[in-house]
Amino acid sequence: MLPILDGLFNGISIGSVLLIAALGLAIVFGLMGVINLAHGELMMLGGYGTFVVQNVFKELGEPWFNLYIFFAIPVAFIVAALMGLILERSVIRFLYGRPLETLLATWGVSLILQQFVRSVNWVMVIGMGVFCLLFFGAMFFLRRLRIGNWALWLMGWLSLGIAIVSGILIGKTGQEALTKAWFSARNVDVTAPEWLRGGVPLGNFQLPYARLFIIGLTIIAVVGIYWFLNASDWGLRIRSVTQNRTMSSCLGIPTAQVDALTFALGSGLAGIAGCAITLLGSVGPNTGQNYIVDTFMVVVVGGVGNLLGTIVAAMAIGILSYLIGSGTLAVLLVQVEPLKPLADMFLFFATTSMAKVLIFALIIAFLQVKPAGIFPQKGRTVEL
Amino acid sequence: MKSQSIKKRQLLIEAGIVGAIALLFAFLLPAFMSAFRLKLLGRFLSLAIVALGIDLIWGYTGLLSLGHGIFFALGGYALAMHLTLQLPDGELPEFFSLYGVSELPWVWQPFYSFPITILAIIIVPSIVAGLLGYLVFRNRIKGVYFSIITQASLLVFYNFFNGQQKLINGTNGLKTSTQNIFGVEAGSEPAQVAFYQVTILLLILTYCLCRWLTSGRFGRLLVAIRDDEVRVRFSGYNPTWFKVVVFAISGGIAGVAGALYTVQTGIITPSIMEVAFSIEMVIWVAVGGRGTLIGAIIGTLLVGFARSLLSEKFPEVWLFFQGALFLIVVTVLPNGIVGWWREEGVNMVRSLFGLRQEVVTYPSIDEAPEVQKEREEIGS
Repeated sequence: MLPILDGLFNGISIGSVLLIAALGLAIVFGLMGVINLAHGELMMLGGYGTFVVQNVFKELGEPWFNLYIFFAIPVAFIVAALMGLILERSVIRFLYGRPLETLLATWGVSLILQQFVRSVNWVMVIGMGVFCLLFFGAMFFLRRLRIGNWALWLMGWLSLGIAIVSGILIGKTGQEALTKAWFSARNVDVTAPEWLRGGVPLGNFQLPYARLFIIGLTIIAVVGIYWFLNASDWGLRIRSVTQNRTMSSCLGIPTAQVDALTFALGSGLAGIAGCAITLLGSVGPNTGQNYIVDTFMVVVVGGVGNLLGTIVAAMAIGILSYLIGSGTLAVLLVQVEPLKPLADMFLFFATTSMAKVLIFALIIAFLQVKPAGIFPQKGRTVEL
Repeated sequence: MKSQSIKKRQLLIEAGIVGAIALLFAFLLPAFMSAFRLKLLGRFLSLAIVALGIDLIWGYTGLLSLGHGIFFALGGYALAMHLTLQLPDGELPEFFSLYGVSELPWVWQPFYSFPITILAIIIVPSIVAGLLGYLVFRNRIKGVYFSIITQASLLVFYNFFNGQQKLINGTNGLKTSTQNIFGVEAGSEPAQVAFYQVTILLLILTYCLCRWLTSGRFGRLLVAIRDDEVRVRFSGYNPTWFKVVVFAISGGIAGVAGALYTVQTGIITPSIMEVAFSIEMVIWVAVGGRGTLIGAIIGTLLVGFARSLLSEKFPEVWLFFQGALFLIVVTVLPNGIVGWWREEGVNMVRSLFGLRQEVVTYPSIDEAPEVQKEREEIGS
């Protein structure tokens, strides 16, 4: 009995990481039909946010350090949500109705973000500040004066040039503090507060507190999102736009604002997920890539526009991949004589990477039965 | 009758241009370029083949595959396996002894023969693509779902190849540069030049195949599927099979490209199936212009050389540049360079020389300022 319990717990804890990461993705995809390939990088930003908060609290000393995680969560949320908002306002809103192009654009953003955390330093930040000041300042005045687009283009290139030149000039002064990369390309480690280390002993294995904390965080996030979508005014608007965009627009719902808000919310959830995964391992520029495909599978299996589908899919994928990957299933099946060949097959897939192979095969098989996920959206459309 | 003869003449002119460019690349360029650049060019040309395959399914059929790395790698592995088996009788490839394998796995057996290898390079990726395509398209899964599923299957194959040390040497991959092909070492200068010329030949063949596929009824159906699949279905066609076939063809093309790329790089590892590389293939097509075959080739060469130049000088800037490229192509140049040229560039050059603009309808409609203004406001 114990191995099953162990497997179940570990599976749920993998599933809860998947769920918290996929939650934001599912909401955004359900509402706008937009696949955000930069979602993993938003998680990474959340992770780096946690790292920064941790370093600040390390300075403050012992009693505070134990509590840093509670400050890190909102910081991670805000950092990722702001990034998401910028992304939506500057790129994605121009691409609605072109989902494949959005996919490519968000991939471009994810590449930029990856390289950004590798090489960000004060010079770069100053350069970006100069650019924003010049460009958006110019935009403000040009709008007032009603001068055409060409001036804006010119100003864009001009401010880019000035920003780059000033960045190079500052870099030339050779101040170590200015040119040193903040995080560098190496992974950074986040130390969990003391009360999250160790675990509850249960039989001959233990439930790590960090895992329990993630499960708790996931539950809070899911309940919070459920409440927000079902009990608040903006949640109502989001749901109505999800169901029928044109009709909602006709009834006076500001769909552009709803889109921006939802995207920021989904990105913020990615930030919280990033904060959670710092408890499981180090954070690096490539962290986001490890999660992105798994979380998409959750969304594909769960179907869009339904939180329950996402929850069920995340848990099912998490538990199955643990049971297969750790070999628990194979060990269990060996005990039953007639199922021996099946056990041999599971033994073949009993590593983490091979488990992914089998899980994918199962997902493809599942999609043969239910192409639109566990809970498909009902509607009178030929497009399904 | 008259239009047919014009068409024939146009086709002849096109064939002449293609042949001339091919001869230029095959014989003239090797005389001028350094060996290093020529090797790069050879690789980019083989990548252009896979770009043609992607253009076929994305540009013409509207299916964005993020998993072409699978087919690319399958083709590459097929040829690499054949090269690895160029050993004295009864000897096993070296790496097998490391993992304690004493007998050649059955998967390897057919690759002793060169013709079967050539067939496998095309057929195996096609079958995998066809099967995956059938399972996906049969349920009318499309759009971003299709992209995500191809991406996931790419990751699955990556994991699978990485995990199989005993079968195909896992992460270390197969090295081809020190093996013999037809008695010549594959990494040596004459063999590389031969590969370069074979690449050009196959690129032309692929171009002709794609040109033929996209120009007839089949091509028009593909475009119809891209533009309105539901309407195609209501007109009595079953789009599933067209999509399966075109995906399989595209997979086969990617296999050929992978084989050529492998012998020119000298090694194949599962890292060729990384997620980033497969998405990069898409951007080549997007830069050149999707829905235009020549665009796919131009885009690959441009991005390839930009990459090699930038990452030689400033390795850090390359990712920024690539990311910006994705953003710019999608927002500012949705039809790519060739698309832009056909739509606006031609008219720009004409007006530069004071010629009349080419008009679609009548000059009085196309050039009337009121109509222009209205068109801008509506945002055609």
